[in-house]
Amino acid sequence: MSEFVSVNVTINGKEYQALVEARTLLSDFLRHDLGLTGTHVGCEHGVCGACTVLLDGEPVRSCLMFAAQVDGHEITTVEGLGTPEKMHPLQEAFQEAHGLQCGFCTPGFLMSLVPFLEENPNPTDEEIREAISGNLCRCTGYYHIIDAVKLAAKKMAAK
Amino acid sequence: MHNPRPGLPEFDYVRPASLSEASRFLAEHQGEARPFMGGTDTFVRMRDGFWKEKYIVDVKRLDGMGDITFDPSTGLTIGAAVNMNRVIDSPEVQEHYPLLAEAAKTVASFQLRSRATIVGNICNASPAGDTIGACIVMGGVLKVHGLDGEREVPLTGFFVGPGKTVLKPGDIVTAIRFPVLPQGHAGRYIKLGRNALSDLAIVGVTAFAYPDDTPSGYRFKLALASVAPVPLVPEKAEEILTGKPITDETIAEAAQAAMDACNPIDDVRGSARYRKYMVRNLTRRAVTDVLNRLQ
Repeated sequence: MSEFVSVNVTINGKEYQALVEARTLLSDFLRHDLGLTGTHVGCEHGVCGACTVLLDGEPVRSCLMFAAQVDGHEITTVEGLGTPEKMHPLQEAFQEAHGLQCGFCTPGFLMSLVPFLEENPNPTDEEIREAISGNLCRCTGYYHIIDAVKLAAKKMAAK
Repeated sequence: MHNPRPGLPEFDYVRPASLSEASRFLAEHQGEARPFMGGTDTFVRMRDGFWKEKYIVDVKRLDGMGDITFDPSTGLTIGAAVNMNRVIDSPEVQEHYPLLAEAAKTVASFQLRSRATIVGNICNASPAGDTIGACIVMGGVLKVHGLDGEREVPLTGFFVGPGKTVLKPGDIVTAIRFPVLPQGHAGRYIKLGRNALSDLAIVGVTAFAYPDDTPSGYRFKLALASVAPVPLVPEKAEEILTGKPITDETIAEAAQAAMDACNPIDDVRGSARYRKYMVRNLTRRAVTDVLNRLQ
């Protein structure tokens, strides 16, 4: 039995084929093997949410998955959300409403909030608080993030 | 050899093609192989060096593990690989087993719940497991695949100690089954965490009741989290609530009995003394909420 596992995965619409060590975390695979360093790694215990990516559209902790587990699945990282020239409305809203300061937690927040806003296009403050309860931010005190989410909801409704 | 990934120890990732193969593999590699579901506990244990398995066995894709089915005559079956968000969103769970959804919603965060599973929560056998109480009071029965094939294991007596269960080498829990619940039932899970969302329980109280031909008019079931080496059923408190007419005094007496039944420890989340008092207060509150929901 080999410790290496073959993985076929679609990331941000692009297909990847790789041979990974069984113990390679999805977060490390994205960052080290593929150079997709937009996904940040904080606590590596599933608490802080910085490493959140979408697995078949669902937000998951990439530090709590093996790369081997995403064989045959689809992953979206923050790189798949928008580009500096053409940002996702949620990214624009974070910029405009000062939803970040150091920015370390931001990719995780964005990836948690994208599916949330798709399901709840017009969320209440309470719902937003619950949605971001799995992401830690040490700069903003969260208020500006909540403002950003409400602004994003408006932007997305207008499109 | 240079280790480029210091985070996790080296191991093999094994994906058996069938349950029999998985059971055989686990039994042959007793003590060095472990099945896992969402991995939300497994990864943390491995990273922190508590678990040093040579083989991690992925059984999530095996037959029936990902199904959630409801039959009005036999009840609900939740496959071991069904994540908690799916349980919470299931219309059948919401209609017939709302207590399970209520308890699952208190587990960690949305992102964790898109991986974490009910069966994983049970097999992890943490005394703090948030969904375990709901599974106990609603009569959950585990479907287990072992070396000798399938069998059913009730949750009563399943837990032996923190992280320890009666499961034997080669056993894989494939699903949890719930019977059809009695008419008019109601339940409540109250979790006391350090913050409103996403932390582990300092204390968790599950209460469940249904109308029955008893002196109180109800049959009561209770389960307590984080107050003993295993999820605790305070039987005396259940008997008080079932055997006497319900008054404020009866509820207070039952809450005291629940407090007296538990044997918590001091830890980073709270002292034993605090936990005991919280059990009394939250039992009173949970029972009151159940009575309100029953009417």
